[in-house]
Amino acid sequence: MAEGIKDKVAIIGMGCTKFGERWDAGYSDLIIEAFKECLEDAGMEKNDIQAAWFGTCFDEQFCGKSAVPLSQTLKFPFIPATRVENFCATGSEALRGACYAVASGAYDIALALGVEKLKDTGYPGLPEFARLVGTEMRMVTPNFTAPGAFATLATRYFARYNLKPDEGKKILAMVSSKSHHNGAMNPKAHLRREITVEQVMSAPIIAWPLGLYDCCGVSDGSAAAIVVRSDMAKQFRPDPVYIKALQISVSSGIELMHSSYDGTHVESTAHAAAAAYKEAGVKNAREEVSMAEVHDCFSITELVTMEDLQFSPRGKAGDDVTAGRFNLDGAQPIQSDGGLKCFGHPIGASGLRMMYEVYKQVQGKAGPRQLKDVKLGVTHNLGGVPQTNICSVLIAGL
Amino acid sequence: MVGITSYGGYIPWQRMDRMTAYKAMGWLNPAAILPGERSIANYDEDSITMAVAAARDCLKGIDKAKIDGLYIATTTSPYKQREDAGIIGTALSLQPTIRTADFTDSTKAGTGAVLSACDAIKAGSAKSVLVCASDLRKERAGGYQEQLYGDSAASLLIGDTDVIASIEGSYSLSYDFSDSWRTDLDEFERAWEDRWRRDEGYEKQLTESITGLLGKYNLNIKDFAKIVIGCHFERAAVAIAKKLGADPSQVQDSMMRIMGDSGAGYPLVMLVAALEDAKPGDKILVASYGNGSDALFLQVTDQIEKARDNKGIKKWLVRKKMLDNYNKYLAFREEIPMDKGFRGEETSSSQLSALWRGRKVFLGLWGSKCKKCGTPLFPIQRVCVNPDCGAIDEMEDYCFADRKATLFTYTADLLAYSINPPAIYGVVDFEGGGRFWFDITDCEQDEIKVGMPMEMTFRIKYVEHTRGVTSYSWKAIPLME
Repeated sequence: MAEGIKDKVAIIGMGCTKFGERWDAGYSDLIIEAFKECLEDAGMEKNDIQAAWFGTCFDEQFCGKSAVPLSQTLKFPFIPATRVENFCATGSEALRGACYAVASGAYDIALALGVEKLKDTGYPGLPEFARLVGTEMRMVTPNFTAPGAFATLATRYFARYNLKPDEGKKILAMVSSKSHHNGAMNPKAHLRREITVEQVMSAPIIAWPLGLYDCCGVSDGSAAAIVVRSDMAKQFRPDPVYIKALQISVSSGIELMHSSYDGTHVESTAHAAAAAYKEAGVKNAREEVSMAEVHDCFSITELVTMEDLQFSPRGKAGDDVTAGRFNLDGAQPIQSDGGLKCFGHPIGASGLRMMYEVYKQVQGKAGPRQLKDVKLGVTHNLGGVPQTNICSVLIAGL
Repeated sequence: MVGITSYGGYIPWQRMDRMTAYKAMGWLNPAAILPGERSIANYDEDSITMAVAAARDCLKGIDKAKIDGLYIATTTSPYKQREDAGIIGTALSLQPTIRTADFTDSTKAGTGAVLSACDAIKAGSAKSVLVCASDLRKERAGGYQEQLYGDSAASLLIGDTDVIASIEGSYSLSYDFSDSWRTDLDEFERAWEDRWRRDEGYEKQLTESITGLLGKYNLNIKDFAKIVIGCHFERAAVAIAKKLGADPSQVQDSMMRIMGDSGAGYPLVMLVAALEDAKPGDKILVASYGNGSDALFLQVTDQIEKARDNKGIKKWLVRKKMLDNYNKYLAFREEIPMDKGFRGEETSSSQLSALWRGRKVFLGLWGSKCKKCGTPLFPIQRVCVNPDCGAIDEMEDYCFADRKATLFTYTADLLAYSINPPAIYGVVDFEGGGRFWFDITDCEQDEIKVGMPMEMTFRIKYVEHTRGVTSYSWKAIPLME
């Protein structure tokens, strides 16, 4: 009988680069920067790593396929290494692989590292999606972008809850403005500027109804974690952070092809969250989850995620946002490190960067952004678009 | 009796006031000006997509399985080798076991295709042949063609059962009269002096073909309810008719002031307009022009009233969007180098083996219907998406092309590359079940609302210039009431 992963694995080292337009760094520089910090944090040597999971998404753009780019950059001595990819949920996928590897007893010490070098495309925004959906899907789907696809979530959410465009955009603006307040205090973040609700609402439209400040940064970066089985964790540090749940849920096709999907939430998030709470023994997420790092690729994504993660009742996330519940000084702080919005979104790295914030918060090392009484942190890492996606919900804590 | 059993037409959504072009380019050729407006195909249309639109109009309520021939007439096929009829037949979901041919190289190809269809029916080689005539010609900026031409298409179903207008006879002329011509490498037409074209070409040859027709069948021109002359010189067309003894009121409106000369489709679009108003017993004369002339003599039957079903040109004339920006017209016709940006220039390769395997989906808009739970699905699936079903390989084919839909959600995207930003796309729910997302076209952002009724249209998906592959698919447009 399967028991789940709760308390079987501990994170004993993490590293994260400065995210941003890293014109100075190629993918190997970013890998090394994250890895060095991670190794030092774990108090280990490079050759202590027994197996590695390597997360990248747009391999065509920078490092190429397979796990070879990781292994050759770090000069690992012929250890097992696997490249994983699940769109923007890639980083969490790498962490899952490493955790299951040590939980199974096949290895003692495993590395998860994610990296993305987005700023060599030569144009703004993410690389063109046409290739990503495959040659057959491309013949029938629209020429969509990430902002456009998520914008359809906003259009339907506004329609369903009778929000006039200005009313809806104001709630979204509060989401972004809150994250910017946190990101401004984070030296590793890509975007470090406070912005007002008015500035967000009047920003140029990218894909209606989303404007420039409803969209996260397009960034380069890398993040890494070293994991061991819980019974070994205290050999490495006195304050390991324990994995409580590792869940992933992938679209069945209903969001794209079936009218049972209501277009105002992300179905896979709801499934992954329910499974993660069950695995971790969480009965009331609104009460028990101390903090969360969610996939705020767009402000609307964060809004509906509050409902999908059961922090807010359906249709009521806007009320919680307006009341300040999710602010740094609120009852349930979200994006304490600035989120994808400000920290940035190097796709392969983001899931691990989210866990980096949970890890630092649990250990009391978040500096001016330190939250009180952090027991359980949730990371929510969403790949794809509302119409077709993968959601990873991981929970970690004391 | 052999003749027309159904008719259909199509005029694109956009019109340009000819003064808009003249204000932009009149400094070059101050004499190149005509009154009125011309129709302009959208950037995602070509002669093939317009032919499909006209054919879908023609085929409303018709059993497509009975069609055993498809003839396409055009001088602007996107390919020199890749039969237009193959693409159009697949888009219309006609049987593959039909006789097809593309008639091309002359603006009289439309009537040529009609006459060949008649011959096939009379010979017993076919029972029901669909003819489509369509052209989208590129014109040089500031020239006379830019003022003269327009974009449209017509479609006629030819058969011997339930004929609404019999094709009683014809008189054909073929002359190597190159008043306008294009080589296989020419992007634009070349033309000789306009007055020579009118005097030696249109006037002489149309007069000769019509005279020949009248003489061959011993007809009196005064007996014709409508004289349809494919001539873009409005006054010359009337003069020809008058000289032959007709009254100007018998001459079918040239549509120059609301559409323009649309090439191979032109005389047949005018014919469709005439049929829309025709009464049983009317005689109609149609004369095409282009390296000669075909003159046809039609007799409307008492079946015409039953066949109307809102088919034809009139509804397209009402659906109209003025294009006020001359530069957009040039950009849509790829006549000016546009800064598409690197994102716009990134195209994936087209896998023709995948295009072939998926042709029913991509060209025909076919999906599946689960036999176990009755759920319709797009695109074709082998596993049912209904969470309460999930059956594998229990599907039957189900076509979405003619299904109406409701707009579930949408966006207007300024990041996605489009030659006409914003790129509008959204999710539609089909009547009867089934949902998918599509590009939305022929629509401005402020016209769109969640819940609005939509329908589907056949358009260019993208043109991949490096490999010379034009890929077609379907987009959603606001439902035309």
